[in-house]
Amino acid sequence: MTIIAPNLGAAARGTAATRRMTRGANPADRAYQAVVTALALALPALLLALIVELTINAWPSIERFGWAFVFTATWDPVADVYGAGPLIFGTLASSVVALLLAVPMAFSVAIFLTEFAPRWLRRPLGFLVELLAAVPSVVYGLWGIFVLIPFLRTVVVPPLKAAFGWLPFFQGVFYGNSMLAGGIILAVMVVPYIAAVSREVLNAVPSSQREAALALGATRWEAVWMAVLPYGRAGLVGAVMLGLGRALGETMAVTMVIGNRHDISLSLLQPGYTMAAAIANEFSEATTSLYLSALFEVGLTLFVITVLVNAAARLLVWRTAPGRAVGTRAL
Amino acid sequence: MARSLLVALIGSALALPAGAQIKLTGAGATFPNIIYQDWVLTYNKQTRGVQLNYQSIGSGGGIRQFSENTVDFGGSDAPMNDSAIAAVGGNVLHLPTVLGGLAVIYNLRGVSVPMRFTPQIVADMFLGRLTTWNDPRIAAVNPNVQLPRSDILVVHRSDGSGTTYVFTDYLSKVSPEWQRRVGRGTSVNWPVGLGGRGNEGVAATVAQTPGAVGYVELGYAEANQLQHGQVQNRTGQFVTPSVESVTAAAAGAMAEMGPDTDFRVSITNPGGAGAYPIASFTWLLLRKQYADAAKAGALVSFVWWAVTEGQAVAPRLGYAPLPPALRPWIETRLKTITAGGRPVWPGPK
Repeated sequence: MTIIAPNLGAAARGTAATRRMTRGANPADRAYQAVVTALALALPALLLALIVELTINAWPSIERFGWAFVFTATWDPVADVYGAGPLIFGTLASSVVALLLAVPMAFSVAIFLTEFAPRWLRRPLGFLVELLAAVPSVVYGLWGIFVLIPFLRTVVVPPLKAAFGWLPFFQGVFYGNSMLAGGIILAVMVVPYIAAVSREVLNAVPSSQREAALALGATRWEAVWMAVLPYGRAGLVGAVMLGLGRALGETMAVTMVIGNRHDISLSLLQPGYTMAAAIANEFSEATTSLYLSALFEVGLTLFVITVLVNAAARLLVWRTAPGRAVGTRAL
Repeated sequence: MARSLLVALIGSALALPAGAQIKLTGAGATFPNIIYQDWVLTYNKQTRGVQLNYQSIGSGGGIRQFSENTVDFGGSDAPMNDSAIAAVGGNVLHLPTVLGGLAVIYNLRGVSVPMRFTPQIVADMFLGRLTTWNDPRIAAVNPNVQLPRSDILVVHRSDGSGTTYVFTDYLSKVSPEWQRRVGRGTSVNWPVGLGGRGNEGVAATVAQTPGAVGYVELGYAEANQLQHGQVQNRTGQFVTPSVESVTAAAAGAMAEMGPDTDFRVSITNPGGAGAYPIASFTWLLLRKQYADAAKAGALVSFVWWAVTEGQAVAPRLGYAPLPPALRPWIETRLKTITAGGRPVWPGPK
């Protein structure tokens, strides 16, 4: 399993020595360098082109609705009025629910695999967790419809409502397709990502850290909690952000269980909608040009939010890890 | 869709004899895709020198590609509106190819006879005005049914769809309130309910949720044996959706269209005995004037073959055939297609 994540480490900083070696090299080397440089620059160029293209296509909608697009809740293709508030809310809310469920689980898996599991179990178990990432999302969606939702309806929600029905998060009639179901599906989907990266992070913590804590009389649990986790903090934050990025953009599995309703509700039992799901659902039959443009603006908004999240992740990593290499290396 | 594309690819590969080839490309509606692929396959095999290809990218995409001239013909479940027609300079003809009906499906355990729905009941359920199954208004038309007390949960399509267009078009005709508050379209602002993706999404949600009600294509409901109801038509009959009752709807609607129709008519809620009220044509979009006479001739010949001989396979594939009385009207329209000022098709042999 390969998880590609930003490399902030030393590898990116080409040393002066290697640079000196390549400068005066032969033509073949120079050609090679040119090709590699061009390919590397092509990626940012592609990104830029994407932004430009999205903005051009979204322009009629941006011009027509302005900021109201982001803050209003009416999505009416018949009247050609579009407000993406519920989509933005649904995207963020389902991702937050997913992280609340996935992070404790993924960290537990990572801690178990690196600190507590017997050696013979580590590889097969780690492999199985990562295998979850290879399941196509439409399969998760089907599982959601035919297994998760009936399970929620009969087993989980009735006692949940009985105990916490007074909270705004558990109000209303539960039909199955809901923010809760969407969040749980997303959680299952992001666990392997977060678990795999955090396992690498924890593996990279030098054993001297553990040994020092144990020597001071800490229990194994205390050693993990007080020595290992703080050391890998930056990397763990990065792992979570990677999971969040994935949750924000997930489309198919979510649309199959979230209920696809343009509505903002605090209750997790009510249906919602996400930006990615709306684009996938409505793009092919968007008949008016403003409709199409509004969907492009949804895409642009999703793009901007994803970039902001990634930027926030970077800031967090830098903030929490002054001078520490371990977490960032694993990232 | 991938499978049907593959079928189309294999089909066109089989039909590749040496010699001059006329390639005709079309794109659009997904609803008629199964029968279009079947037609393309059969026609490519039996006609030398013509190679057809249809891609089901959705009605909206079909209209766009047709308008941008990237395809020779389009397919759509919703007719182009006046501004879209103006955008192509009026150079478009809508030709109906087959009919589709919608079934109102529901999940009521223990109800074995088909439920009966009046237009008002259907509209009020989808408006959120009828909220429980044992409402006296539902009981009044279903005297022999032991109705459960469960809530009504509306399930609609979340993806833009010709199916939704037909359903909302029907509701707009039978309910002034629906017309005013919601209107018709491939996607609308639903007053209540959950969205399921595709026929399969709606069907799965309805099947999973006691008390749910939704709408899917008739062929889909039949193939998957989903509980579906009878709907009252304009003459007051409660009609079970079927290939025959959908064809009857088109026959009933013909009386109102008249022979010089442009076929851009909705046939929901038609008059006529035995007509099922939630049905629609699906259309091919052709140009009135083509640049290439050979291409246009081949295309029109194919369309004529499809609306005559091609109709025989329709019921087996879950579509309702066009009423035979419609053929002369289509023939007249096909004869008006020109290339370089000359008609491209002399009429049936």
